Amino acid sequence: MNAETISKGLKTVPREKAFYFFTSIGNYTGVSASSLKEFMERINDVNVKSLEFHLYRGDFEKWIDEVLEDKDLAVGVRKLQKFNLSGETLRNQLYATVSRHLKWLTSQI
Amino acid sequence: MRLKNNALALDATDYKILEALQEDGRQTYTAIGERLGIAHSTVYDRIKRMEQYGIIKKYTVVIDAEKAGAKSITAIMTVYTDPKESEKVAEELCKAPEVLEVYTSLSEELQIIAKVVAENQENLHMFIANSVAPLSGVLRIRTSMVTKKFKETQIFNV
Repeated sequence: MNAETISKGLKTVPREKAFYFFTSIGNYTGVSASSLKEFMERINDVNVKSLEFHLYRGDFEKWIDEVLEDKDLAVGVRKLQKFNLSGETLRNQLYATVSRHLKWLTSQI
Repeated sequence: MRLKNNALALDATDYKILEALQEDGRQTYTAIGERLGIAHSTVYDRIKRMEQYGIIKKYTVVIDAEKAGAKSITAIMTVYTDPKESEKVAEELCKAPEVLEVYTSLSEELQIIAKVVAENQENLHMFIANSVAPLSGVLRIRTSMVTKKFKETQIFNV
């Protein structure tokens, strides 16, 4: 990962590019994230139904890949789908994956 | 028909004309006149006046989307907003072609209620996620998909 990719992964995106957490089709929780750090924090407090909804639709990996342009983390998040996780186990695993990656990115600056 | 404070005050004949037009907006002045027992010129004058004053806003057509082959889903979307931003949010929603109707309502919180159509559930979700949730002042959104329509009319009982 080069310096440009690292800084992209740590950027804050404008409102229209933020991640908006839904619990089902059309039902927005009011929680959003504009950066990877915010995304990690929101994983901890958003309704767990929202994590289940987005993980299995591939919304997280799509946002991380297309908006944050962080392919490595997108792949890491996609891998979680294979384990059929749900509830708090999913929350913990997703948080661990994102926080580990964020810690690594920050250490590279 | 009387003019009151620059606004048009309607009488019983005007209301009967409006009723007739709501049933069939394409009928002639003569047909309406015959039905109400008044001259077609009177019908013409009153309709023109009601058009000028915006009481008759437009003449349109009601389409049965299903028979017309349009594959779409309808949803009722409730948008909870910051009261300071609600007007702006409602105006933005009005600009979207997916949104057919927009209302505001005040219960415990200020809400905007909108009727939305989309080709399928995924497009509906993408529209709400990409165009509604990011609007400044949107606090949360609840959406209910319409599964069966029992009544839909444009006729207002005057």
